Amino acid sequence: MLRKLPWKLVLLLSLTSLFLLGGCDTKIAVLDPQGPMAREQYHLIVYSSILMAFVFVVVLGLYLYMVIKYRASRLPADYKPPQIHGHKVLETVWTIIPVLIIIAIAIPTVKANYSVEETPKSMKSEKPLTIYVTSSEWKWIFSYPEQGIETVNYVNIPAGRPINFELTSSGTMASFWIPELGGQKYTMPNMTMRLILAADHPGEYTGRNANFNGEGFAKMDFDVLAQTPKDFNAWVKEVKSRAPQMKKSDYEKLIKKEGLVGRQTYTGTHLKWDKPDEQKSYYEESEKGEKQNHHHHHDMSGMDMGGK
Amino acid sequence: MKLSDFFVTGEPAIYAAEVGMALGAAAVIFSLTYFKKWKWLWKEWLTTVDHKKIGIMYIIVAVLMLFRGGVDALMMRTQLALPNQHLLDANHYDGIFTTHGVVMILFMAMPFLFGLINVAVPLQIGARDVAFPLLNAFSFWAMVAGMCLFNISFIIGGSPTAGWTNYFPLAGPEFTKGVGNNYYAMGLQLSGIGTLATAVNFIVTILKMRAPGMTLMKMPMFVWSTLITFIIVLFAFPVLTVALAEVTFDRTFGAHFFTMGSGGSPMLWANLFWIWGHPEVYIVLLPSLGIYADIIATFSGKRLFGYASMVVAMAGIAFFSYFTWVHHFFTMGNTSVVNSFFSISTMIIAIPTGVKLFNEIFTLHKGKIRTTTPMLWSLAFIPTFLIGGVTGVMLSMAAADYQYHNSYFLIAHFHYTLIPAVAYACFAGLHYWYPKMFGYMLNEKLGKITFWLWMVGFNLCFLPQFFVGLDGMARRMYTYEAGLGWTGWNFASTVGAYIMGIGFLVLAWNIVYSIKHGVRDTTGDPWDGRTLDWATPTPVPEYNFAKQPVVSTLDAFAEYKENGTPIYRDEEYKPIHMPNNSAMPFFSAVSMGLAGFGLVWSWWWLAILGGLMMLGCLAWRSFDPDKGHYISVEEIIRTENTRAGGVKR
Repeated sequence: MLRKLPWKLVLLLSLTSLFLLGGCDTKIAVLDPQGPMAREQYHLIVYSSILMAFVFVVVLGLYLYMVIKYRASRLPADYKPPQIHGHKVLETVWTIIPVLIIIAIAIPTVKANYSVEETPKSMKSEKPLTIYVTSSEWKWIFSYPEQGIETVNYVNIPAGRPINFELTSSGTMASFWIPELGGQKYTMPNMTMRLILAADHPGEYTGRNANFNGEGFAKMDFDVLAQTPKDFNAWVKEVKSRAPQMKKSDYEKLIKKEGLVGRQTYTGTHLKWDKPDEQKSYYEESEKGEKQNHHHHHDMSGMDMGGK
Repeated sequence: MKLSDFFVTGEPAIYAAEVGMALGAAAVIFSLTYFKKWKWLWKEWLTTVDHKKIGIMYIIVAVLMLFRGGVDALMMRTQLALPNQHLLDANHYDGIFTTHGVVMILFMAMPFLFGLINVAVPLQIGARDVAFPLLNAFSFWAMVAGMCLFNISFIIGGSPTAGWTNYFPLAGPEFTKGVGNNYYAMGLQLSGIGTLATAVNFIVTILKMRAPGMTLMKMPMFVWSTLITFIIVLFAFPVLTVALAEVTFDRTFGAHFFTMGSGGSPMLWANLFWIWGHPEVYIVLLPSLGIYADIIATFSGKRLFGYASMVVAMAGIAFFSYFTWVHHFFTMGNTSVVNSFFSISTMIIAIPTGVKLFNEIFTLHKGKIRTTTPMLWSLAFIPTFLIGGVTGVMLSMAAADYQYHNSYFLIAHFHYTLIPAVAYACFAGLHYWYPKMFGYMLNEKLGKITFWLWMVGFNLCFLPQFFVGLDGMARRMYTYEAGLGWTGWNFASTVGAYIMGIGFLVLAWNIVYSIKHGVRDTTGDPWDGRTLDWATPTPVPEYNFAKQPVVSTLDAFAEYKENGTPIYRDEEYKPIHMPNNSAMPFFSAVSMGLAGFGLVWSWWWLAILGGLMMLGCLAWRSFDPDKGHYISVEEIIRTENTRAGGVKR
C-alpha cells in the first residue's frame, strides 16, 4: 500500500485543490459578521472549531499511528496479536476528557442561547426599532408600525440600533435569515416570534428564506440596506411623501398571489387589518375557537414565542 | 380524471425513466420465462421464510434503491454545478430531493442493514432461524409494498415535494395539491409496519435463541448493536406511525392536526417527526457500529477492546437519542432554556460515540491489520465520521445553529455522518458477508478501486459544502444566482459526486463480474473470522447448523481455532424442525400495496378491497395448521458431506 501511496496522494491533492475554486475573493458571510449578534455567533463558531480541530487532530493522530504501525505487511508473518480485553485507566481518561470538552463548549453555548434573544449589550442604550416581517409565498413583507410604512422584498434599517424583527407568516413556514447580521428564525402562521438583529455600520446585504416552502423558495431573497440614522430617516420621509397608500386589496393580493413580485413600497401598513397580538397564550386562542380561513385572511392574534 | 392528472406528463427525464423501467421489467420477465424460472422464483424466493434469503432480497432491493437515490443525487448536483441552470425546474428538483432523502434513509439504509442483520445475526448467535420466520418474510414484503408505492409516485400522480421531512403547512392539502405527499405518508407507513415487526422478531430472537453458553456479554458486537437498535425502533417507530396517520387524515379526510388553521399546529408535525427522526438516525448508525466492531476485530486478529464499555456506550447513545429531537429546529422559536437543554443533551451523545471510536482505535493497537476491502471501509469510517461528529457538536450550539440551520453546512454534517456511518458499513458488510451469502467473494481489486474513488469523491463532494453553507447557501435551493461566490464550491462538489457515481458503477460491475470470476469460498471461513457465522459450511444449509452450537467465550470460533475449545454439542445428528414456505407475506404486501394506493388516490373501493384482502391474509395465517417440516438425518449428513468448510464434527 505504501508503494501506491504517492499517486493516490497526488490525485487526492489535485482533486481537492478543485474546491479551492470557491471563495477566493468573496468573504464567507457567516465568517464576516457585520453586527453584534453575528459577531457573537462567529466567536462561538471559531471557538468550537478550534476545540473540535484539536479533538480531530488528536484522534486522527492516534488512528494514523495504529494503522501505519500495525499493518500486517509491516509485521512478521508469525506475529500473534495479544488478546487485550481493555484498560480501565485509558477508558476512564478518554471518557472524562470528552466530558470536560463538552462542558467547555456547553457553558458559552448556554450563555449565548440567552444573549441571542436579548438586545445586544453594545446597543443597550439605543431604542430598538420594531419591524414586522410577514413571509408569504414567495415574498417578504416588512411593516414599520412606528414609521407607518411597508416594503416588500427589501428592508432598510438604521445601523447602530437593535432591530426587533417580529416574524410571522401568512402561510407556509419560512425562515428569516441575514447571515452577515445574525442567525435565523422560522416564520409561522398565527403567531409572532422576535428575532433581534443589528448592523454595526451601513452596508448592503442579502437576506433569504432558509426553510424550503415550495416552488418559489430559491428566489425568495430580499435586500437589506443598513443606513446611517440620518439616511434612514430621510428614506422614511421620502417613502411617506411618494409611496402609494396601502389598500386592503393590495395586501390581500400580496398574500394571495403565489409569485415573485419584486420590490414594492407603501405608506401605511397592513397591521391595521392584521396585527399579530403579543403575549397571548396558545390556549387562550384555541378556547376562543377562532375560525381560521385558509391562507388568506388571518386574524393574527397569535402568540409571541420569542425571548426567554 | 384526465390521464394527465394520473400519469406525470411533460418531463423528458421522467419519460426516459419510464422507458428504462419498462425495458428492465421486460428483460426480467423475458429471462424468467426463457430460462423457465418462474416456479423457482416463487418457491425459492417469493415464498421463502429463510432468514438468509430474506436478507439477500433486502440487500438486492437496497442496492437498486442506492442506484435510484444516487441518480437523484447526481441530477441535483448536475443542476447545481453552475448558477441559474435549467436542467431541472423547481418542481422537479423539489420532487428529487424529497425522493433522495426518503429513498436513501428508508429504502436503502434500512433495508441494507436489515438485510445484513438477517443474513448474519441468527448465524452469529448459533440459531437456526429467527423466532418468527413468517413474520420476518412479512416484514420484508411490507417494506417492498411501501417502497413500490413510494417509487411509483414519480410516474403516477407525482412525487412528494415537501422534502423528506414533509414540513407543514407546506405539506398539507392547502399548499401542496395533488397526491404526491399522500404517497409519502402511505409509503413510509407500510414500510414502518415491516420495521416494527422486524424489531419484535429480532429482539425475541436475540433474547431467547442464543446458543447455550452465549450470555449477553459473550455475543458478537453486531448482535448487541442489533438488539439495542431494535429497542430504539420499538419506541420510536410508533410515533411515526401515528404522525403519518395524522398526515393521511389531514390530507385525505380533512382533519386539522397540522394545518394552518382550525386548531392545527404545524409545529406539532415537526416535533412528532423528529421525535421519531432523531432516534431513526441512531437506528441506522448502531448496526453499522456493530458491523465495524466485528470487522475491525477480525482484521486486526484481536478481540474487541473494551467490549463492556462498547455495550454501555451503545445503550447510552440509544437512551440519550430520545432527548435530543429539538436540535432539528432550534430556530422554531423555542425559549432559551429549551434550546439550552437540547444543546446539552445533544452534546452528551458525543461522549459515548467518542468512547466507541477510541475502543476501535485501540482494537487496532498491537493488532495485525489486514487491509482487505471490508477493513478499508471500516478504517475509513473513523476519521470521516469524526468530522461529521465534531461538526455535529458545533451544530448543537443552538445560538450558532441559528446560522448553520438549513444551510449547506447542515447538509455536509449529516452526509459526513450518514455516509460513513451507513453507506461505508453497508459496503463493508456486503464484502464481508458476501461469501456467506453466495459462496464466492467479491473481487478485491475492484473493491479497492471503488473504495478509493469514494475516498476522493465523497470528500470532494461534501467538504466544500461546509463552506458554501457558511456563505449563506440554503439547502433545497434548486438553483442560485451567479456572482455570489458559490459557483466554485458547487462545481467542485459536483465533480466529487460524479466520482462517487463512477465508484458505484465499479461496485455494480464487481457484483456482475464476480458471479463468474469471484474467488470461490472453499472453507466457509475465507476471512479467518472470529464469530460463529464463519463456522458454517458454504453454502450455508437451510438449517444453518447441523448440530447445536455451544459456546463458552466471546469470539467462540476464534477460540475454537486457537485452542480447540469445542463449539458443537457432542451428540448424534437429530432431525431438524424447519418452517415451511408461505405465500401469505407476499399476498399481504399486495393487499397493503393496493390499500395504500387506494388511500393515496382516495379510491375508497380499492382501499377497502385491499383492507379486506389483508384481513383475509391474516385469517388464512391464523387458521393455518402448518407445523413446518423436518429435515431427516440422512439429508443432514448428505448436505454436510457435500459442502465445503464448516467445522469438523
